[in-house]
Amino acid sequence: MERLRSILGPLARPITSVPLARHLVVALIAFVVAMAVIGASSQYLQTRYAEMAYFAIAAGGLTLLTGLSGQLSLGHGALMAVGAYAATLVLDRTGGETLADVFVALLVAIAVCALVGVVVGVPAARLHGPYIAGATLTLAVAVPRLANQWHVLGGEQGLQVPVPRAAELPAWIQDLVWFFTAVEIDQYSFLAYLGWLLLALTFVALANLSRSRVGRRWRAVRDDDVSAELAGIHLGRARVVAFTVSAMAAGLAGGLMAMNVRLTAPGAFTITLSLTLLAAVVLGGLGSLPGALIGAGVLAFLPHFATDLGESAGLSATQAAEVTPVVYGLVLMLVILLAPAGIVGSLRSLVSRASRTSSLASALGSTKEKTT
Amino acid sequence: MQQFLDTTLGGLVLGAVYAAFALALCLIWRSTRIVNFAQAAMAMVTTYIALSLLNADVPYWLAFLAALAAGFGLGAVIERVIIRPVEGKAELNAVILTLGLFMVLHGLTAITFGVQHRGFPAPVSTNAISVGDTSIGITPFGILTIVVVALVMAGLVVLFRFTDLGLRMRAAAFNGEVSRLLGVRVGRMLTLGWALAAAVGAVAGMLIAGGDLVNPAFMDPFVIYGFIAAVLGGLDSPLGSVIGGLILGLSLSYVTGYVGEHLAPLVALGILMVVLLVRPSGLFSAAAARRV
Repeated sequence: MERLRSILGPLARPITSVPLARHLVVALIAFVVAMAVIGASSQYLQTRYAEMAYFAIAAGGLTLLTGLSGQLSLGHGALMAVGAYAATLVLDRTGGETLADVFVALLVAIAVCALVGVVVGVPAARLHGPYIAGATLTLAVAVPRLANQWHVLGGEQGLQVPVPRAAELPAWIQDLVWFFTAVEIDQYSFLAYLGWLLLALTFVALANLSRSRVGRRWRAVRDDDVSAELAGIHLGRARVVAFTVSAMAAGLAGGLMAMNVRLTAPGAFTITLSLTLLAAVVLGGLGSLPGALIGAGVLAFLPHFATDLGESAGLSATQAAEVTPVVYGLVLMLVILLAPAGIVGSLRSLVSRASRTSSLASALGSTKEKTT
Repeated sequence: MQQFLDTTLGGLVLGAVYAAFALALCLIWRSTRIVNFAQAAMAMVTTYIALSLLNADVPYWLAFLAALAAGFGLGAVIERVIIRPVEGKAELNAVILTLGLFMVLHGLTAITFGVQHRGFPAPVSTNAISVGDTSIGITPFGILTIVVVALVMAGLVVLFRFTDLGLRMRAAAFNGEVSRLLGVRVGRMLTLGWALAAAVGAVAGMLIAGGDLVNPAFMDPFVIYGFIAAVLGGLDSPLGSVIGGLILGLSLSYVTGYVGEHLAPLVALGILMVVLLVRPSGLFSAAAARRV
């Protein structure tokens, strides 16, 4: 009997104690909820949700890199540009009308960014602090400029991106969406569903990675590189892997961004894009995937509010558009000065402090009972 | 040959401006071990202050001094209010903080002064000097730029080498605790370092803007070029910063002139990576070994 229990023990554990299963369940629930919300939303909101999804994918990669491996990257705007151009060029060749075309384009975007990630990650692995910040900032400036240098990249005007037509989608997808949301799928909702599906998959992969041996190595390298090396961790390899994974997420985000914006031009990938991604992950809390999602939500929804606020305060349209970067900048500064752990980190420490005090109180209470 | 000469002279002028910028970064690095990524935005703000004075018919050199003073004040206030809390903390915090400051200053300037391009006057001609029939690739304003940067450098050398104040600033940067024990007001010295650096940055901003168009983004390339110039020469070494600035100015001028304008940032990135990987402490740093 005892033996049987010891054999069956691991199987009898609740399924949520296995990280992969837990992450999959959470992601599935989140995706179904997201589908319902997207289906019931207006076209404007669907576009915002799609935007939130690709920002969240990029921010998820960045927060893992900066929060777990301790490397700051201001070059993720450039990596998104690489992904966007790769996807655009593929979609241009294939016509980009079917689901297969879309996935091929996104896979190519991820692959190209993985390559760029290794090339940038190898020298970046030897840098720290302000040095890696300066180097990746230069990357953010240099890469989009290349579009002006080579004609195949379309110059300043950029490249048009063909968009998949909803009517070309396989019947089972159309039926499935109809079944869940009772709304016909169209081009805008398709991009939002696609974005959130890929977001769920990316976050499951990233969460799993951070809970695995690889993620533990990154944390060890971040916290104390000398001890990590003494423990047999190859510092350079761990950092390059982190940078490459992060670059792949940025590439996927860039490909999705190209499909949503429908135009890939260097003007979209400014220093400001890289800095807003940083603002998103710092606000949410470095290293936290839920934090990256919150930050991405801010990136997708804030510009509209901030511009409205600016215009109602009597600013011209071009001036009101500058309110958003000011808010991002203030967010960066205030979070660093007041709550360096970001939203999620601060909430966590609040909760743990509260539970610690309550457990302390109950412990005190029980000792009191004993003594009396 | 003519083109080579023109490109070289253009590169020297550009290099002088990069040098001034790198010098400002170097001053801040030496005093607080922080790379100020908001340096360019601070210089942009002071340049706009000078521009509004010039538009109100204030004489050029008075506006120049006003920009300098504004830079000095801005640097001091920023160090005291914003930077002080993160000094000596995790280096990532200071980097993110200055980047946030960059965005705030950038956006506020755009809101206050508008985003359109505006002409900026120069005190001397910005047409190429001609010798006989051929014009050579340098303008009187270019010569002025080099002279002003040289004067700023000389002033800083005098300050740090030959004055009591400079000695105290160096001591505060070298070892804060010991200096404090010896009666140096370390906090004040750090503030002064930031103020001086911002003033040098303001000079660079005036030199870049002169005879050109300005908009809130006109200083953005200098965020990275100033940094690269400073790292090239060694962030610790003022002389290195200047030489790094000149090397970078010349290299970028040749790339722009002979290969293609849009490749300049990529070449700058290449130079930065090679320096960081081959000689991380910079070409002219006295430091024996340093982590980068």
